[in-house]
Order: sequence, then structure tokens, then C-alpha cells
Amino acid sequence: MSVARSWRHQVQRYNLIGTSCNSCGKYFYPPRTMCPGCRRDGEIVSYKFKGTGEIVTYTVIHTAAEGFEHQTPYVLGIVKLDEGPSLTSQIIVDPTDIYMGMRVRPVFRKLGDSGEKGIICYGTKFVPE
Amino acid sequence: MSVGIVSYGAYIPKYRIKVEDIARVWGDDADILIAGLMVNEKSVPDMDEDAATIAVEAARAAVSRSGLDVNRIEAVYTGSESHPYAVKPTSTIVAEAIGATPVMTAADFEFACKAGTAAMQACMGLVSSNMVDLGLAIGSDVSQGAPGDALEYTAAAGGVAYIIGNKESELVAVIEDTYSFTTDTPDFWRREGMPYPEHGGRFTGEPGYFKHVLGAAKGLMEKLGTSPSDYDNAVFHQPNGKFPRRVAKMLGFSREHIKPGMVVSRLGNTYSGSCMMGLAATLDQAKSGDRIFMTAFGSGAGGDAFSIRVTDRIDEVRDQAPKVEELLEDPVYMDYAMYAKHKGKIRRA
Repeated sequence: MSVARSWRHQVQRYNLIGTSCNSCGKYFYPPRTMCPGCRRDGEIVSYKFKGTGEIVTYTVIHTAAEGFEHQTPYVLGIVKLDEGPSLTSQIIVDPTDIYMGMRVRPVFRKLGDSGEKGIICYGTKFVPE
Repeated sequence: MSVGIVSYGAYIPKYRIKVEDIARVWGDDADILIAGLMVNEKSVPDMDEDAATIAVEAARAAVSRSGLDVNRIEAVYTGSESHPYAVKPTSTIVAEAIGATPVMTAADFEFACKAGTAAMQACMGLVSSNMVDLGLAIGSDVSQGAPGDALEYTAAAGGVAYIIGNKESELVAVIEDTYSFTTDTPDFWRREGMPYPEHGGRFTGEPGYFKHVLGAAKGLMEKLGTSPSDYDNAVFHQPNGKFPRRVAKMLGFSREHIKPGMVVSRLGNTYSGSCMMGLAATLDQAKSGDRIFMTAFGSGAGGDAFSIRVTDRIDEVRDQAPKVEELLEDPVYMDYAMYAKHKGKIRRA
């Protein structure tokens, strides 16, 4: 990942910063700059998610992408945050323990790096609550 | 004006390896090692944890324990001997992750196992002079021990964060004074680009640990006119279980004095987090009015001594973040092969 691209997403990855609409009360992650429901009547503001939520669905990765081979088997899940939005994240859990509906909380972990000489990307993953 | 601890937070990875599992690989006698080191097991970081992620978790625990406004933190200093970057601060990662950026100062500290307490002293200076409102001092390490080296039995992972301030009503503990004793002593080092540290073997004991811990501890008690009987608890750097017990006895502190902070037998040596973890464990059970004596040691070499008095605010914040004892509970044990993988000692071709 390029340095600039990683840096642009840093704030939302570190702290689950998204947005919410003051007009309709909906929450957005990743952040939206316009409310798709309220359109021009919407009032979008920055919002820091609590980070707690539950597993909607998951998969166990045995054949990983480059750079993640040493972590197999690991769990990727869709987490529905308590405020509503869902996101895909690595779930730090024994693959035999994961289940749909599991409550999770955020932790700060290394997401990956650009080789031994490149930058290290940090951000949010989830663990059982 | 009083200076002291506004909040504190700790983090310990969930994985552990037992000394006997390491001894089995290298043909050492586990019983002799456990008796000698007084360490049974040590913490191991997950594969996606490093000194920065551990520092962030500790700092977040400190922030949530006090519930303070993070924008009041105007200095972030992280002490470690395993910063993930050779050039690029860990402290900026921590500051961003707790939301304290951008109007603040930050830097990384390095002084072997006492980089975190050096950061505490720097924060004390900044808040005393009103240069900053609150300072965040962290000791965090994923320490390295070369395969088969004596350090491999104790080099562990963990971190502790202290928020330092100067408003008496906010302090959970007043730092009455601090005193340092420092010389140029090559007892432990790691050259640039080298993956593992080297050490002077038995040379790390008398001319290193004991000279500097005793120098700092005696110096502070002399300065304050105190003696071990004036303190309820004491914490000393814990590279193993033997050194802090011996130095406590040499200074006149009892086994009961050091008992609450002795976490090394179940945790190992968390380097920059070691003494600060012992202080956190002691604060976890401290009562208002308790006095705590602490002396950190860093190879290279120096000792930082602190005289601390606990306030009644401790009861308000203590349960707002995980205690050290809770972080030590329910470990997940791994064998040497998994440990070697987690520590990058073996890699997929």
C-alpha cells in the first residue's frame, strides 16, 4: 500500500472515526460526506464509534494473501457496530471459537506492512468482548 | 505545587510460554532455571503486536481509567528498547491513536529497562513548569532474547502508561520526589541493525543492577530523610525474581513490602514496562495514604527512584480499567515452535 493511501485512512482505522447525520440520526463507516437519505437536507458530522458490535458472518482463511501467510488460519469477519454500520475486519480469536452473533470489542493491532523496509500500517481489529 | 500520577493503564498480551518449554529445546535444567531466576513463565506478543500497539492499549487504558479529556495531554513520551521503527516515533502513533494530536509534543525514549521512568521524570518537569497541562509517559516493550541465550527465559512483552499532572485534586498518587543515579556502564547493549541484544553475563549484576538501584534508592531516602519503615510498599526493576528480592533486602525492605508488585514470576521481564508494571499492580491494591517506594533500573546504566504517596482518588479510578492481576489471568500457553513463530525466530520460506 502506498504511504499516502495508508496515511489518508489512518484516522478512521486507528479510532473508527466515521460520520453521522444530525437530520436522520444514521451513522456511516467508512465516513460519508453526504447523507444518502437526507441528501441536501442532511447535516453530516464526524463521529467516533464506540467500537463494540457483533459478528454478522465470518470466514476462516487458510490460504492467505501475500504478507499474511504466517497468520493462517485466521478469521475475517463482518462486524455490525452497535450504531449500525458494518465493516470487514480481522477477528483475533481461535477459529474454533468464533460464531455468528459473538460480541466483539476493538483492539489496536498491526494491519500489515510494506515489507521489511516499508511503513507499518496500524489500525483496528476485533477481539471477543 | 504537587506533581503526580493522574491515571495509569497496563496491557499484557494473552500468550505465555513456560520456562520449562524453552529449557527443553536448549537442553537446560528447568528446575534449576526456575529456582535461579524465580520466573515460571513469560508473556509473548501476538503476531500483530509490537511495542507501538502495546503502548496504545496501555495508553487507552490510562485514558479510560480517569475519563479525562485527551486534548489536555500535551506531551507523549514512549520509552522502549524495541521501538518498531529505527527512525519514526512510536509516540506519534500512540498520540494519534488516543486522539491527543496535533497540539502537543512527542518523542521516543531509550534507556534499556528504565526508558519509561525517564519519560515519567521528563513529564514531571514539564507539568511542574506548566509547559504542559498533562504528560503521558509510557514504558512498552516486546523484548528480544537470542535463541539459547539466558535472556530468552525472561524477555517478555507488556506496557504501562502513566498520565502525569500537577493538579492536586486530580492526582491518584503524589510523586513526592525522584532521584537518579547514572554512570556509563556497558552491561547490556544492542548495536544498530542487530536483532538481539548482548550482555555482560554476571557483569550485569553488581556493577549494573545493584550499584545503580542502591545508588538511586539510598540517594532518594537520604534526600527525603526517609527509611524503609516509612513506606507501605516497594517496587524494584524485575529482570528476574531474584534481583528485586535481594536488593529489597539489602535496603531493608521486607518481603511484604514488595509482594504486591512482584509480577515477574508470571510475566517475565517487560523491560521498559517492568518496574512500571510493578507500580501499577501495587496501585491496584493501594489504600489512600499508602507510601510506595519505587526504583527502576536501566542497563547502560542508571537507576530512577521515586517516592509516591497514594491519595483517596485511587478508589474512584481503580476499577475503571483492567487491573494487572486481571491482565495476568487466563493466559494462552504456547510451545517453543509457536513462540519462535510469534517472535519471528522462524519464518516461512
